[in-house]
Amino acid sequence: MNSDAGLALLVAAGCILAMSGVPGLLLGWRSPWGARIATSATVLGSLLGLAGCALALGGMGAGAFTLPSPVPGGRLEFSVDALSGFFALPVFVVGCLGALYGVAYWPPAGNPRSGRRLRFCYGLLLGSITFVTLARDGIGFLVAWEVMALSGYFLVTADERSTDARRAGWLYLVYSHAGTLCLVGFFAVLARAGGDFALRPLVPGAAGLGVSTVLFGLAFIGFGIKAGVMPLHSWLPAAHASAPSHVSAVMSGVMLKMGIYGIVRATSILPLPPVFWGAALLVFGSLTTVLAIAFALGQRDLKRLLAYSSIENIGIILLGLGLAMVGRSEGRSDWVMLGLGGCLLHVWNHALFKSLLFFAAGSVVHATGTREIDRMGGLARRMPWTAGLFLLGSVAICGLPPLNGFVSEFLVYLGLARSALVPGSAWVALPAPALAATGALAVACFVKVFGVVFLGTPRSAATEGVHESPALMLVPMAVLGAACVLVGAAPLLVAPALERAVLVWAGGPLRGRSLAGLAPLGWVSMAAAALLIGTAVVLAAVVPACRRARLRQPGLATWGCGYAGGSARLQYTASSFAQLITARFAWVLLPKVHQPRIDRLFPAPAHFHSRVDDTVLDSVLMPGLRRLRGLAGRMRVYQQGNLQEYVLYIVAAIAILLLFNLRLDWLVTEICGNGGAR
Amino acid sequence: MISLLSSLVAALLLINLVALGTSRIATVVRAIAAQGVLLGLLAVAAHGSLNGRVLALALASIVLKGWLIPLILFRALRQVAIKREVEPSLGLLPSLLLGAFATVLAVVAGSHLPLAETRLAPLLVPASLATIAAGFILLTARRKAISQVLGYLVLENGIFIFGLLLVEAMPFLVEAGVLLDLFVGIFVLSIIIHHINREFASLDTRRMSLLKE
Amino acid sequence: MRPPLIAHLLVLVLLPPLLLGVINRTKSVFAGRRGPRILQPYHDILKLLRKEVALSATTTWVFVAAPVVALVTVVLAGLLVPLGPFAAPVAFAGDFVLFSYLLALGRFCTASAALDTGSPFEGMGAAREVGFAWLTEPVLLFAFLALARLAGSLSLDGMLRATEGGAWLERTAPLVLTAAGVFIVLLTECSRIPVDDPNTHLELTMIHEVMVLDHSGPLLGLVQYGAALKFFVLDVVLLHVMAPTARIDGWPGFALFILGLTGIAIGVGILESIMARLRLLHVPILLIAAVLSCGFAFLLLSGNTP
Repeated sequence: MNSDAGLALLVAAGCILAMSGVPGLLLGWRSPWGARIATSATVLGSLLGLAGCALALGGMGAGAFTLPSPVPGGRLEFSVDALSGFFALPVFVVGCLGALYGVAYWPPAGNPRSGRRLRFCYGLLLGSITFVTLARDGIGFLVAWEVMALSGYFLVTADERSTDARRAGWLYLVYSHAGTLCLVGFFAVLARAGGDFALRPLVPGAAGLGVSTVLFGLAFIGFGIKAGVMPLHSWLPAAHASAPSHVSAVMSGVMLKMGIYGIVRATSILPLPPVFWGAALLVFGSLTTVLAIAFALGQRDLKRLLAYSSIENIGIILLGLGLAMVGRSEGRSDWVMLGLGGCLLHVWNHALFKSLLFFAAGSVVHATGTREIDRMGGLARRMPWTAGLFLLGSVAICGLPPLNGFVSEFLVYLGLARSALVPGSAWVALPAPALAATGALAVACFVKVFGVVFLGTPRSAATEGVHESPALMLVPMAVLGAACVLVGAAPLLVAPALERAVLVWAGGPLRGRSLAGLAPLGWVSMAAAALLIGTAVVLAAVVPACRRARLRQPGLATWGCGYAGGSARLQYTASSFAQLITARFAWVLLPKVHQPRIDRLFPAPAHFHSRVDDTVLDSVLMPGLRRLRGLAGRMRVYQQGNLQEYVLYIVAAIAILLLFNLRLDWLVTEICGNGGAR
Repeated sequence: MISLLSSLVAALLLINLVALGTSRIATVVRAIAAQGVLLGLLAVAAHGSLNGRVLALALASIVLKGWLIPLILFRALRQVAIKREVEPSLGLLPSLLLGAFATVLAVVAGSHLPLAETRLAPLLVPASLATIAAGFILLTARRKAISQVLGYLVLENGIFIFGLLLVEAMPFLVEAGVLLDLFVGIFVLSIIIHHINREFASLDTRRMSLLKE
Repeated sequence: MRPPLIAHLLVLVLLPPLLLGVINRTKSVFAGRRGPRILQPYHDILKLLRKEVALSATTTWVFVAAPVVALVTVVLAGLLVPLGPFAAPVAFAGDFVLFSYLLALGRFCTASAALDTGSPFEGMGAAREVGFAWLTEPVLLFAFLALARLAGSLSLDGMLRATEGGAWLERTAPLVLTAAGVFIVLLTECSRIPVDDPNTHLELTMIHEVMVLDHSGPLLGLVQYGAALKFFVLDVVLLHVMAPTARIDGWPGFALFILGLTGIAIGVGILESIMARLRLLHVPILLIAAVLSCGFAFLLLSGNTP
């Protein structure tokens, strides 16, 4: 009925999205119809998918649709429930808007060949993500997952001329396959414990604590690589910075969430979780949030900064999930509802505001031709709409009222604080101050970005000739901005969907609990309304005077404590703005600073340069790998090119194996022969 | 037929030692030819009954291993025009001793292997393992590339002996497999020897380690 | 007791500049001067509201909107706190989060407006402001969690009543630590010595003052009024932590409460007179001490006893 229709719509949407780029490939690169068909197909598929998600989030059943599996021992099963519908919704929203944005950002006329491949892989990415949410057995899941990862690779390397993009793609591929390896292990162990590859909740006795913990660990690592949990995140900044902006939006807003979806789904099928799983999630979540935003503060590349900020938000999502896990272990349904509700709502919220930020960043990069923040400045005059929407996105991502980021963080805070009231579980509340610190650091980071990029005076020639983005790039941003405001001002609209999704995860003990009952979302709406109305009232009183002032003295210079003759180069740069904070975090950021030595009376022009690289990649992994290569080099002594030596190795190996087998058999017959009867 | 069988097996083991201990390539080739003929006789003796399959197998062994392959090898030796000495990296006496030791081990191990057959197995399995060991020693302890071919042939002989145990259990597959294997191996190895000689003007395999980098 | 919303709003709107005047008067007395009238800040703000605005050509609408938003956020935050024996007009579970984040929104707007001017001084002030805020937020949150544990309530209204009923006698140590932490937050957020010197206009000593260098006229009036309001709200929070304020009910209790607020303002004035400003690089150490102080208070309170 409802869910069957929902499933049908979602499957249809997935297929249409996956095939949307194929006509473009077939029609030849000179024809504009390929791009038009791709965009229309994406929009159509997304609308179908939205309808399917609405049905899934509204209904409660679980229709299923199976295909014979190419691998013996199972069937390919697809089905939809509220959790799948929940995670699939951002795919369609962001995917559709991204496709529209991409028409103006990566115009078919300017990039005929790469545009075709881009649209094909884009559609394939969206389609495969849909199927990831629908898959209910290991083989189907892994196939869809691999298609998603590979199409992501081709999207990251869309700009073929850039060495950065190639390196980023390579890094992405390596990490992605490491994650897939863990997932294959996960499904293998799951099949061993559960009997077949189906993603079904395990019977409580089927797997002991050790096996369950192994499953949890494999799922956490495998999906955590995709989600970008620290310290497995190093592929993320490079990949999201090098990809085209609408692709970055989809990757940040949707693909990362597939990692979260995987962890959520995996934890939902493992019964009776012990407390230390939830505690591990809380620890990793806290570390990820605080350290990621510290890294973001050190970046000078606009999109890399946004990528690190995505990692921070993933940390917040993990905090909510960790709280829910602890709540499940301790039997506290209110923690589960609040924690998972906050986690899931933040999944949606992040998809909305991060996509908005990436679209706006794409507009800026497209207009100025550079990604470096320190070359921009004063763009708000020439790109007022983009600036306003970027500000909206920034306020949302900092979690400030009246927008949607506040609502999801509020839910997580409330859940964490509730644990402080319970004697003996107050340690669960410890991530709350870390979250508060992260919020303040996020404010610092986004004031830095917004202020240095859009406000002040232009810092370099890159800002000349900049004009506002075309409508096709502004409309998707405006839609996302409106959605942010809507969710922030009226969170009760999304509460039912959240409750249903949480119920799928938590099952029985949660019936009868409602999110609206636990969290005073009505008051949050009223606070948002009061804020907006109050601001409007006071602004109405102040604005006429200001308008008169601008008309009266249009060319007034900034007073700035009476310093006349200021130049644009005197303004605070991004790195100097963040310097107080990055200095305190220098032990983990390890910034590389090239400082000139000024030692003469009249020094020559000097050059200062600072850079923050990814610590895990550049200070841990690469040196480690180099050392490993050195060690391997010393093993070359066993490889002299001597044929006889190689045959000797084979003989030795066979002899050892034979002897080993003989000894084992001999041992077995000794033991069993003495005791048993032949 | 057991006494005939055991004498044949003893002769095979002796020929192994001859192949290991001699310093002339021609002797080794002739020893392998003799082994081929003995294997044919072994096939007949092992299964007593002279049904078609066993006879075909014996004939194929005698013709191929006793006549055709030594012919090819002698022709290759003449074409390549190398010195007819073996040039061992492990001395002749040590390799002989090693071969003898391997034979003893093979007899000991053969009795410990969990095999189902009890009539032929105690004789054929040690013979097979000893021949395989001798083949390996020839492969690893000799420098000339042609010794690799010879060691490979002895190895195949050993596997053939083992396969005799299975003649009744499996159809032509075993024989066909073994003979095809042999044929392809000789073919490929002749080509390789020709090329090694052309490349390095010598069949010394130490030169091949230059290909390492 | 809950007086009508209008009364709470009136107190919230009218009282804050008085505290600023008290501080300034205290500092003057300490310096042996006569000093300005206690009601001087009112006159200053009203004067500013009557003046013209001068807007630099570099600034955008962000510069105009920021003081407005900052003011509105602090007013709304003020509605969440109880005033002595009078309960807060708006109270719900989790409103302490709203409180923190409203102040953060104000900070976002002020810092953005500072960067809008394109002057290095304002940028410096904004950098310092956000550079210290990431340490004050955890302090507040630890303090709120500790109070929540003590009071068993998740609403500011209930939390700030945690000191009722002899809590100071039973749990002196955690409450002292919490009060110390909140006091340091008050000094930092309101830019008082030892974190910032509100009197000078030298770049080495400014955080808040320098961010608003370019505001003029009504906008500057709103900024100064907003700052006074922020001091008032944080002062209220601190007083609730320091003393059981609802012990005496009704208007007499309220009068005592106002007296307490004035007492804290005098204390801040005295502190400003006897201490010098800390070196900028030592301020984070002070703040980390505050974090540890409140954190330790929370840990002390989070034992197994309910």
